[in-house]
Amino acid sequence: MKYFLGLTLATMMLLSCSPGKPNQPGEEPDINKSAVEAITDPTKGIGAIKNVTLENPLDQERIKRGVAIYEMKCQACHKLTDQRIVGPGWKDVTKKRKPEWIMNMITNIDVMLEKDEEAQKLLELCLMRMPNQNMSVGDARDVLEFMRQNDGEK
Amino acid sequence: MKTKIIYRILSALVVLSSLVVWQGCKPKAPGSVTMGDAANKAFVPPGKYDEFYNIVSGGFNGQIGVYGIPSGRLFKILPVFSVFPESGYGYSEETKPMLNTSHGFVPWDDLHHIALSTTKGEHDGRWAFANANNTPRVARVSMKTFRTEEILEIPNSGGNHSSPFITENTEYLVAGTRFSIPMGNKDVPISSYKENFKGSISFIKVNPSDGKMNIAFQLRTPGFNYDLSRAGKGPSHGWFFFSCYNTEQAYTLLEVNASQKDKDFIMAVNWKKAEEYIAQGKGRIEKAKYAHNVYDESTHSATSTMQQEVTVLDVMEFPDIVYFIPCPKSPHGCDVDPSGEYIVGSGKLAAMMPVFSFTKIQKAIANKDYEGDFSGIPVIKYESALHGEVKKPGLGPLHTEFDDKGNAYTSMFVSSEIVKWNVKTLEVLDRVPTYYSIGHLSVPGGPTAKPHGKYVIAYNKITKDRYLPTGPELTQSAQIYDISGDKMQLILDFPTTGEPHYAEAIPASMVSPNSLKIYKLEENKHPYAAIGEGQAKVVRKGNEVHVSMTAIRSHLTPDNIEGVRMGDVVYFHLTNLEQDWDVPHGFAVKGNAGNAEILVMPGETQTLKWTPDEVGVIPFYCTDFCSALHQEMSGYIRVSPAGSNTPLKFSTGVIEDSNAGK
Repeated sequence: MKYFLGLTLATMMLLSCSPGKPNQPGEEPDINKSAVEAITDPTKGIGAIKNVTLENPLDQERIKRGVAIYEMKCQACHKLTDQRIVGPGWKDVTKKRKPEWIMNMITNIDVMLEKDEEAQKLLELCLMRMPNQNMSVGDARDVLEFMRQNDGEK
Repeated sequence: MKTKIIYRILSALVVLSSLVVWQGCKPKAPGSVTMGDAANKAFVPPGKYDEFYNIVSGGFNGQIGVYGIPSGRLFKILPVFSVFPESGYGYSEETKPMLNTSHGFVPWDDLHHIALSTTKGEHDGRWAFANANNTPRVARVSMKTFRTEEILEIPNSGGNHSSPFITENTEYLVAGTRFSIPMGNKDVPISSYKENFKGSISFIKVNPSDGKMNIAFQLRTPGFNYDLSRAGKGPSHGWFFFSCYNTEQAYTLLEVNASQKDKDFIMAVNWKKAEEYIAQGKGRIEKAKYAHNVYDESTHSATSTMQQEVTVLDVMEFPDIVYFIPCPKSPHGCDVDPSGEYIVGSGKLAAMMPVFSFTKIQKAIANKDYEGDFSGIPVIKYESALHGEVKKPGLGPLHTEFDDKGNAYTSMFVSSEIVKWNVKTLEVLDRVPTYYSIGHLSVPGGPTAKPHGKYVIAYNKITKDRYLPTGPELTQSAQIYDISGDKMQLILDFPTTGEPHYAEAIPASMVSPNSLKIYKLEENKHPYAAIGEGQAKVVRKGNEVHVSMTAIRSHLTPDNIEGVRMGDVVYFHLTNLEQDWDVPHGFAVKGNAGNAEILVMPGETQTLKWTPDEVGVIPFYCTDFCSALHQEMSGYIRVSPAGSNTPLKFSTGVIEDSNAGK
């Protein structure tokens, strides 16, 4: 953490060379397997989320939970407009990214920043690794629903 | 430090009085021990983990050092009885109550012994307990958070040395007074020692579910010095053993006057019996005043409560609780082997070491095989309790640990060596020099019913030429020996902080999987937490200004605060909104006299109190390099003169007209 710059450089330069950290059980996703998935559809990002089915009308219960999570864990860096503060504003994010990519970015941030080209472009732009905010897949889905509402879906 | 001086005086005395030329008395020069494959044995490759945690008392620094074995790498300094600038322990409003005592706030104490919690006599990886030697207290540290969670003061104690040794299921830990004193703050002549001074041994009950401690009862014992202790286990479970010195009852120049008798005592306590008397209501309630401080993990805050009474049993009135066993010459260590049958007394001035048998002690008690009494308490005949003596083990035996193969390892302070011997046969098997003047030693699991073995670690009292000099004060020297073979082999020197006394080592696999990574924001119940930037605010309550501030890479919210006036007291309640491991944020504000900074873990809230002492615009910032934009993580607070009417306001990211707020 204190060597953020070094880490960032290492991340950028040694894309395939992850440090030999001892594995904590259930801690690290299977990177190689995920990488294969990424090749099959790079626009979905890398991680556990392979396929998200979106429905309308929006799920109001999900939105309620999504707003609460946003205010606790996201709002400090992401505005709901297109203004970038620390991270990009959320306006139109659901139109630019696939839902799978958004949810993988939220739940699998370290691997995304190491392997996903789009995520790396954002890192170069913001110069800030998006923090792992300890979000479950369900949390990410709730936040996605709120993003859809923010982008004008009904 | 005091102990160190006593050790030095002792060593001088022993060397002077001993005319025997002792082999191994003079340590070999550094570097004369061949290393062989030592480097491989102590080497932990970069990115790999150590096999054991070593939980090491810091002695006069009042802290615990956490090291890896076999690499000797320092992982953490864990504050217990002392304030600690690195984490803000004792500086944040939440942690100040942890150091409260019946005497008020004590910022620095002397921490000597570690006891890791056990179940069925084996390590369970839940808690570490430690003692404050000076202002008598015991502490409980969570092995999940590596934080001090509870501190309990011990009343009627003149210094808490024989502590915090624990029973095999962590039912009790003990706190025996090192110095006897007149009970109840009596104003009496010092020379009335024999008449007025008493010992006091506290039995502290540990709640098995959450570890919370309370003083179950205190034993009043004869007036002399209580040094170290161990609980029985297996067959001797239900008993406690204490080494006692100064049975001469001297009150001045103890180095001479407390070294007169050939034998002092090991005190055997039948605590199950004492427990029965307490259950029968035979204890008497006495007034006392002592602090009980508890840290709450959900509010991230400590509270200090003053307790008012203790239950006391006078062992002179209940003669079947306590028995004395004669033990040669001012015993220090009093260690029980893994089977629970053998009790090793280390007479620091004796030329041999007695090993007592629990079975024989029980038989002697049954047969009333006594040589007399002391203050009405039976003294068992030495020979009747004795399993045997280790002959000529070395000079100045202090402490004994055990391995998993029936061997004992005793530290020899005066002859600077570790001596390995067989517990049953009492035969000396091996000896290695230490650099220099070893005090305590530790074998992983050494005090438990199931030692893990593999290494013995020496905590030396004298460093001298082992490291690059750093002026008059040197780092403390510890050493690791491989004990997997027949011969002990020195594999590593490593420096330690403070002055370690006792330490324990536990397999990493019993601790690391439970280690907490973050405090969950959803579970944060701190009354001033801002769980999300939308909750950040500044509230005035009279002359108190409470700032509920958030931190996330790389800004503080609010970062512009106005409307504070001279005479106000400002509380910065900082909530770290990060939910990722190892992303703390720090907070410092200029000119914080009498206070310091705070460091806030992910999801945690901590409070820094600040009393502005001058009018102006004062910067504050994050003190932990957290990101590429860490230097930008800062803000201003405006302090106006007393009585001015600058409106209270706060913001982040708001660009105002330069004339606003004039």
